[in-house]
Amino acid sequence: MVVDQFSDAELDRLFQAFADTTRRDIMRRVAVGEYSVSGLASLYAMSFAAVQKHVAVLERASLVSKERRGREQIVRGNHEGLQKARRLLDEYEAIWRQRAERIADILAEE
Amino acid sequence: MTVISSTKSTEALSFTLVAEFDADVERVWQIWEDPRQLERWWGPPTWPATFVKHEFTPGGEASYYMTGPEGEKAGGWWRITAIEAPRRLEFDDGFADDDGAPVEAMGTTHATVTLEDLGGRTRMTVLSTFESEEQMGKMIDMGMEDGMKEAAGQIDALLAEHSRA
Repeated sequence: MVVDQFSDAELDRLFQAFADTTRRDIMRRVAVGEYSVSGLASLYAMSFAAVQKHVAVLERASLVSKERRGREQIVRGNHEGLQKARRLLDEYEAIWRQRAERIADILAEE
Repeated sequence: MTVISSTKSTEALSFTLVAEFDADVERVWQIWEDPRQLERWWGPPTWPATFVKHEFTPGGEASYYMTGPEGEKAGGWWRITAIEAPRRLEFDDGFADDDGAPVEAMGTTHATVTLEDLGGRTRMTVLSTFESEEQMGKMIDMGMEDGMKEAAGQIDALLAEHSRA
């Protein structure tokens, strides 16, 4: 079972990571390119420290990785982490597809 | 094909299913409104759902449990946030303890169901948004996945019956 690959703690971190609009926006950006933390901070109406906290939440959920380069901290998407999130959605999709099929069967009885 | 499309957004942790049925909108609405019909499809065949409460009205609550192959029980609840019969239904969906009380810490899913008339047929769109935490993982832990595989077999059997009829 795919979900066996996740511990409860891992799932908690993953869902917590996605539960915020700013973090989702950061994810969309770093999935396609590198950003420095200060570069990200300039995009949002919040402090550098607040953005740094969001990045830390994403990092704990293994969705991004951070690397120090000179004076900058570079953030990029962690594709393995994203793939895990995608697999969870795959499971959910299967549940709903089966439900739709059962509905069709009930409707077909008449 | 019943299921026309499904779309997943990893970033938004949301999921959209579009399905079309050979029945009118009022008939498809009934499978949500009538708890006896709802419990025939909400849970998989190995984890059938029993709805003990189904207040199908804005602000209403539903309470159900699913019974597993070993007799184990898994509880759930809905909180209906919007109803426009027979076209739109919105509800929060969460987990419940053995007494049917919501376990808020487990997180909720928000579902928006819309039905559209396609000249006698019906298009149903279900949008699910995950608000927090690991409810999806728990759901699968409850044995839904095994159930789904079995459901696939049952559906094939049913379809075969219908085509003979």
